[in-house]
Amino acid sequence: MLWEIEISSKSGPDREAEHALAEARMCRLNSLATVRSARSYLIEGSLDNAQLQQASGVLADRVVEQVTVRSLPDHSEAGQTERLLNVLFKPGVTDNVGATATKALQELGFEVERVSTCRKYWVNADSNESEVERFASRVLSNDSIDRVLFGPLQLTSLAVGSEQDFELKHVSIRDMDDEQLKTLSQTGQLYLSLTEMQTIRDYFRELERDPTDIELESIAQTWSEHCSHKTLAGRIAYRDENGERHFENMLKETVFAATQTIRKNLGDADWCVSVFKDNAGIVRFDDKQDVCIKVETHNHPSALEPYGGANTGLGGVIRDPLGTGLGAKPVCNTDVFCFASPETGFDSLPPGVLHPRTVMRGVVSGVRDYGNRMGIPTVNGAVYFDDRYLGNPLVYCGNVAMIPRGMSEKEVHPGDYIVAVGGRTGRDGIHGATFSSAELTHESEELSGGAVQIGNPITEKMVHDVILEARDRRLFNAITDCGAGGFSSAVGEMGEETGAEVWLEKAPLKYQGLTYTEIWISEAQERMVLSISPDKWDEFNALCESEGVEATVIGKFTDTKMLELKYQGESVGSLAMSFLHDGRPPVIRDAVYSPPEERAVNLDSETIEHGEVLRKILASLNVCSKESIIRQYDHEVQAGSVVKPLVGIANDGPSDAAIIRPDLSGKRGLVISCGMNPHLGDADPYWMAASAIDEAVRNCVAVGADPERIAILDNFCWGNTERAETLGSLVRAALGCQETAVAYGTPFVSGKDSLNNEFSYVDGETSRTISIPSSLLITALGQIGDIEKAVTMDLKSAGNVLLLIGETHNELGGSHFNLVTGRDGGIVPRVDFEKAPKLFSAVHELIDRGFVRSCHDLSEGGLAVTLAEIAFAGGLGAEIQLQKSGVDATVELFSESNTRFVLEIPSEHLADCHNVLEQAQLPAAVELGHVNESSELVVRGSDGTVLIQDSLKALKQCWQEPLSRF
Amino acid sequence: MDSIEIMDWKLSENSEANKTRSSGHVAPACALISTVSYGFRPVCSHDDSRNSKLVVRDQILRQRPTDRNLRFMASPRVCVLRAPGTNCDHETAHAFELAGGVAERVHLFRVLENPDVLKQFQILCIPGGFSYGDDVGAGVVFGTQLKTRLADTIQEFLQADTLTLGICNGFQVLMKSGILPGGAGEQSSESSSDPEATLTWNESGRYTDLWVNLKSCSDRNVFLKGIEQLESPIAHAEGRLRVSDESVLKAWEENGQVALRYTTCSEADASESDENTVLPYPENPNGSFSNIAGLGDPSGRVLGLMPHPERFLFATQHPQWTRKNLRGDGAGLQIFRNAVDYF
Repeated sequence: MLWEIEISSKSGPDREAEHALAEARMCRLNSLATVRSARSYLIEGSLDNAQLQQASGVLADRVVEQVTVRSLPDHSEAGQTERLLNVLFKPGVTDNVGATATKALQELGFEVERVSTCRKYWVNADSNESEVERFASRVLSNDSIDRVLFGPLQLTSLAVGSEQDFELKHVSIRDMDDEQLKTLSQTGQLYLSLTEMQTIRDYFRELERDPTDIELESIAQTWSEHCSHKTLAGRIAYRDENGERHFENMLKETVFAATQTIRKNLGDADWCVSVFKDNAGIVRFDDKQDVCIKVETHNHPSALEPYGGANTGLGGVIRDPLGTGLGAKPVCNTDVFCFASPETGFDSLPPGVLHPRTVMRGVVSGVRDYGNRMGIPTVNGAVYFDDRYLGNPLVYCGNVAMIPRGMSEKEVHPGDYIVAVGGRTGRDGIHGATFSSAELTHESEELSGGAVQIGNPITEKMVHDVILEARDRRLFNAITDCGAGGFSSAVGEMGEETGAEVWLEKAPLKYQGLTYTEIWISEAQERMVLSISPDKWDEFNALCESEGVEATVIGKFTDTKMLELKYQGESVGSLAMSFLHDGRPPVIRDAVYSPPEERAVNLDSETIEHGEVLRKILASLNVCSKESIIRQYDHEVQAGSVVKPLVGIANDGPSDAAIIRPDLSGKRGLVISCGMNPHLGDADPYWMAASAIDEAVRNCVAVGADPERIAILDNFCWGNTERAETLGSLVRAALGCQETAVAYGTPFVSGKDSLNNEFSYVDGETSRTISIPSSLLITALGQIGDIEKAVTMDLKSAGNVLLLIGETHNELGGSHFNLVTGRDGGIVPRVDFEKAPKLFSAVHELIDRGFVRSCHDLSEGGLAVTLAEIAFAGGLGAEIQLQKSGVDATVELFSESNTRFVLEIPSEHLADCHNVLEQAQLPAAVELGHVNESSELVVRGSDGTVLIQDSLKALKQCWQEPLSRF
Repeated sequence: MDSIEIMDWKLSENSEANKTRSSGHVAPACALISTVSYGFRPVCSHDDSRNSKLVVRDQILRQRPTDRNLRFMASPRVCVLRAPGTNCDHETAHAFELAGGVAERVHLFRVLENPDVLKQFQILCIPGGFSYGDDVGAGVVFGTQLKTRLADTIQEFLQADTLTLGICNGFQVLMKSGILPGGAGEQSSESSSDPEATLTWNESGRYTDLWVNLKSCSDRNVFLKGIEQLESPIAHAEGRLRVSDESVLKAWEENGQVALRYTTCSEADASESDENTVLPYPENPNGSFSNIAGLGDPSGRVLGLMPHPERFLFATQHPQWTRKNLRGDGAGLQIFRNAVDYF
């Protein structure tokens, strides 16, 4: 029997309906005049009336909601005045609420088989048929996870999946010619190159047999760009204005090499513990604990289904530290997003593209719901806007975690059980690894729907709890997460040195009907794979049971160096680990970089209204307040919060970095910040990379981090690197990373790349491709010895002196000044590799000695924006006198030169500050002026001309307005 | 906790004195009061009226030395009850430990297996998080389990001289289980009657993390003794108190059940006339009825609140500690001290 419990609001606004109607208006679905909504539970089982009544009491909040119960199918007449639309998840899509309701009702002793959730909408009956359909498909649902049923529900059952007969499939690859191989690669969603397909064919010709489907899939997963980083870790012939250079392994010779140089320079003082080898990088924290960090991208799934994509993006990256060493405890998250402008017109959207506003809302909610539910504070982040992210938004999710010292190494022992822990395996997320390596097209939505998933953070939290307990009891020998490629990648990687035998039918399934190959490559969420000695299994299993976590032995590690896959006792795959991991032919790519010609910016001073420019920059999407997003994240759970993302007299100023204290009984803190500026990449990727590192480091230093202890991470998101120019700009950025990291002594400890971030579509007859701007995110993980020495960016007291530290050059290339005044050209900000590290040390010394009341870095919008932000955040005015006038004052105000800070210093410490800089042989600091009580920011040129005079209230309003209603 | 106390607790668990108590719950034995002349609430005053209890309690408090870590002070045992999805259990247990209690994180499954587990504790705390994902409503599944599977155990616990605290999701659980606002005797396993109040979606419709100013409105609630004002962060999506019938407020106020209200700023005067006007966001961050942020039961031994006092144990957790040069303890710690000091 199938029942529906429909729940709607008793009184008060119908927010869901209001939201839907507003979206309909934006899509110009003008015939939709009224919308009302309800939610419902579809319950399959045998329940009597009293039980249905009781179930309603649990599922609905009777103080504010009303309930209607009916049996399905619903034979009532379609309404005269309204049309009904029911939105349900497609069969097999994770329905967390449904699953929890099922368990809750079963616990009450009811005979309930399963519960699904449904959203219901009623629109005015005289609405236009095709508009209602667009409303259903554009506003109410996402085709990759939802289905819409019109009229009273006619469902009779919620059952999904049915038993499938086992059938072993072979692929006759040995007879295939190049064309057939290419076709197989595409239609089978293997996304391998022809050379790779040929290598596979030749391997099986040698073995004198055809591969099974599962063998081909295993190879495709392992060889995917996502899992093997074959392009950047491959051979590259690079050419630029300085000549040619050949890389055998580009990443190793640039980014990794920087770390090796730094570690060598540090000698015994080396504080890296485990870098570039595990799921996350690990560095020293204190005597008891090390700290690890990882940042991942989840771009393609987020383009198709923003909520689920971002949700599982964060869920996935949390599993990385959890699967690092013998398991680390997550303590905070960092998230950076790139979108097209939320003001993009609906009419200008290419086919298959979700509106940036929809993407942004979904992504933020997805990250919010996973992080908040896991109880991990999201303390740092950024959002960048550029119209080239339209079809291909970027979602970077990062996690920082603590691991007891001495637990950074793991080792699989032959004979250990292969144990799957956590979520069950379903048909979700199939081909995620290979899909993420392909270019997005307007057909992706249909083709790759299975790659989209919704996470269950509570399952992951439960897994997290048992794993940390099992770690402390030393119940397992090795652990890794099930990410892209599912069991295929996890078991394949863990067993690389030993060998493994997997019994696929043992894997617990969400529903019947999965083939052995689907079980093997499913990327269902919230799963970890552990290597457990048989003598520890009982204790481990008991621990899992005690917390309601499912753990299953799905095979054992062997010493055969073979990957043996079995299903119900029958061999379905047998591959040499060596072929899987080392058999891939090297990728050889050309890379070219030719620097664009430098052009000066036109700075006709007559036309520049400095106050107006400042307001425009404050109101630009990249600079403006992100409070509406930040407040949705729990940034204080775990009670370690020291410097929050928003600071100041009204708790709304933009903090440079976050500080958390991972051990509540200690004084040491972690500092998390990031640096990114895609605008600079168009002009010069080398200096973009240097600037991103500088920005991440100076953000860290600005709140008090010790510059000698900052670890950094690289995340490259680029366009199609099969184009030599695109790859060339990436190599150029990697070279910038290398030189800057070495100069700053900031080792890269982990990184990730996401290539092929392009969106192709057909516009009438023409086929078009939008490639994202070169987007390098640098995440910095700093440390502060004593959290009580931290400083924030908001002005503190009238009378204090404002000091500008660092040199300002005419560097307006890629600046926000150019952006808001419609200019281009100019030199992009560079970095002085010798002075910058000294300057960071000096600023740190000033903060550490307690001379500094507030500190803020200079970045987008230069000095002008920094002054405005510190003033309105502190609720205090400032009177500033520049060193220059005229055109030079414009540069002084808006140049985005790197390695600069504004410090607020009580006058009694002024002499000390000048001394510190002098002893570091740095240029003298500029005394800009004083903090005052005036509630106005006044900036004069050296000739006394007032360039900016504006109230703090107005400046703050400009800055807060743009995304406030998001 | 030192070894002397452990021995004493075991002693009291088996003592005849305890068996005569209706609840059978462990409480510090009377005998200890004679050996340690302060710090314990005398069991013999169990049947006294609330007010006289408080008087006794105050006298005891005044006799206490200021050093809270004094070796012979007995520490009450705190059960920090966690369910799947609970995520503030570590810091909440830490808060009780800092306040001098002995806190243990106990999984709900252990209590479901053996309800007697709860008898070892004097304080029950349901911490924040997303129990069962808040999937069918915040705190609903956890609350339903307390209501249906542990009804007798919870009743027995509440009727004894114990304290119960629910923070954020814990407050939601106390409401959905019926423990609040009625407290002992009121909780009902029948689902026929509609509850008088609920915590539901914030007026903004979204999860919000921000610091709020609170004022204490109850002179009866044990947790709020000596607290007039308090700043703490909220972090929730479903924290808006709504009632079936607004007239319930009168009874709540008479019984001292309105424990905490959102207020305009830390210096705001507590004039009664303005209290019912719902303040705008962000002062009242969720649109709560009568600006209520926390509710107690009529006995004053149960408190549920949406803000997180365990996120203000240290000055450095305050959003403006760098402006105000704050150092040392955070004001939220007092709630946990009050609980520990009750015993």
